[in-house]
Amino acid sequence: MRVLKLMLKNALRHKLRTMLTILGISVAVVAFSFLRTVVTAWYAGVEASSPNRLITRNAVSFIFPLPLAYRDQIARIEGVETVTFMNWFQGVYIDKNQFFPRMAVDAQTALDAYPEFLVPPDQRETFLKERNACIVGADLAQQYNFKIGDVIPIEGDIYPGKWEFVVRAIYQPRDKTVDGTQMWFHWQYLDERMRQEMPGRAGKVGWYVIRIKNPAEAGRISEQVDALFKNSRAETKTETEAAFQQGFIQGTGLIIQLLNFLSFVIIGIIMLVLGNTMIMSARERTKEYAVLKTLGFSAGHLTALIAGESLIISIIGATLGLLLSYPVVDLFSLMVPKSWFPIFYIEPETIVLGATAALVVAIAAALFPIQRALRTSIVEGLRFVG
Amino acid sequence: MGSLIEVKNVSKSYWRDSFEIPVLNNISLSVAEGEFLGLMGPSGSGKTTLLNLIAGIDRPNKGSVVVGGTDITSLNESQLAKWRSNHVGFIFQFYNLIPVLTAFENVELPLLLTPLSKKERRQHVETALSVVGLADRMHHYPKQLSGGQEQRVAIARAIVTDPTILVADEPTGDLDKKSAEEILTLLERLNTEFKKTIVMVTHDPRAAEKAHLVRHLDKGELQ
Repeated sequence: MRVLKLMLKNALRHKLRTMLTILGISVAVVAFSFLRTVVTAWYAGVEASSPNRLITRNAVSFIFPLPLAYRDQIARIEGVETVTFMNWFQGVYIDKNQFFPRMAVDAQTALDAYPEFLVPPDQRETFLKERNACIVGADLAQQYNFKIGDVIPIEGDIYPGKWEFVVRAIYQPRDKTVDGTQMWFHWQYLDERMRQEMPGRAGKVGWYVIRIKNPAEAGRISEQVDALFKNSRAETKTETEAAFQQGFIQGTGLIIQLLNFLSFVIIGIIMLVLGNTMIMSARERTKEYAVLKTLGFSAGHLTALIAGESLIISIIGATLGLLLSYPVVDLFSLMVPKSWFPIFYIEPETIVLGATAALVVAIAAALFPIQRALRTSIVEGLRFVG
Repeated sequence: MGSLIEVKNVSKSYWRDSFEIPVLNNISLSVAEGEFLGLMGPSGSGKTTLLNLIAGIDRPNKGSVVVGGTDITSLNESQLAKWRSNHVGFIFQFYNLIPVLTAFENVELPLLLTPLSKKERRQHVETALSVVGLADRMHHYPKQLSGGQEQRVAIARAIVTDPTILVADEPTGDLDKKSAEEILTLLERLNTEFKKTIVMVTHDPRAAEKAHLVRHLDKGELQ
């Protein structure tokens, strides 16, 4: 207890220096947590992917559609539970800066394929009944203050014309890893209009989502799906949902790697800040360590004393930084449109990583001062003039 | 009384860059139990080096130092640290108290290495501070004490474990005449009343007068 008290008193001997070191560590930990959260948010789609969902798209490119007729053939493959399909609608709501995913879906099967979208039964029923109904995520509803019965007017671009959708359901994401910013409406509503206005684009779907019974069979089923349409006018490429999502962020891989690298550079900065403080502190106390050795304090005692002081400073700084990370991430989340980072929260792994890094850095920062304190003989230490 | 400290044929030299500087040259010395020995000599004569060897904080190049039957030159670093905590009370010229600890906490430091309970430690510390006449200042920090009082706290720290020997390196070297007299009287009392064996290095002839026996060192040799 007394030794702990001595560590604390030593840590607070130069209050300003210690406070600045703690502040430096806190700021670095906030930056670390924030960058890690951005990286995590980038991969959120991949992480949130379901292992028992496969995506079948046009083999040439995602932007080319597939015939609706493929649905029944896919559904007959052994191990397939549900087949649904979607079209990327896009369009402009208010202005081009108001981005959120808008998709035409086969409503009944899509809700079955995405059980993580929790919809109240009465709203689900109304949504399924009305042709121009739409369902929006709770986060999206909160962002634009959408309520049941509201009409969302959208200016079409991929599918030209003026479109209106009536909000009939609001889904709640099952947990915070699920995107709550999507808007779905009936594919049939889109297809009917295409039949009238652009018949060549009718009966086409953007991609199929295949819910399978056993994730272990993903490889076999993917091969079977693609084999079905080989040498057809629209060959397919089937992959797991995770691989499909990964494809979207592949182009940004370098930026993510850079952010990742920067987050670890920050760990290095923490080490330099703390290491500098510990080296100065230990140097100033060279004589005191010699006195403690004279009194019979062993190498182990001195190691504990120096490492303990380093740990105290690092733990206070890291705790403060990790606590501050939450409001900083929340503030950032409020400042940018929700659809930029639909899933943006500090993962427990980030906290564990931050805390572990702080502990490792504390020990590393104490190594040189410990080595110096132990290497200096008592006689040299007693003669030391700081 | 039997011999408590036996210094046998000890030589010690230091290296400065590539130059070997001899400090002690084949010294032999015997100190009886309960003795109050004064070591005098000019600067650079090797007094402090000899004291450090007796206290086990330095090692000779040659010869042996036996204290209370233990050849301390044969002990490794951790054994020597443990030996010092049990057998040596060191009094420095500049007190060397830890500035962030109170007088009580400074005196308690050596007891943290013992298995004593908190209550027992408190009793020992209070006793030691009473002996040096600072029981009423135990919660003061070093900067709140005078030089003489700081040295008395340092003496309390040296005696709190009831060590076999007390070694003092110029204990009055940084004090005014009055404070120096008080410290010398205290050391004399520790020797006569508490039967402590004391080895004291000093320049001060008045300090040396308090010692039972004074040995002079010059150019690394005992006169």
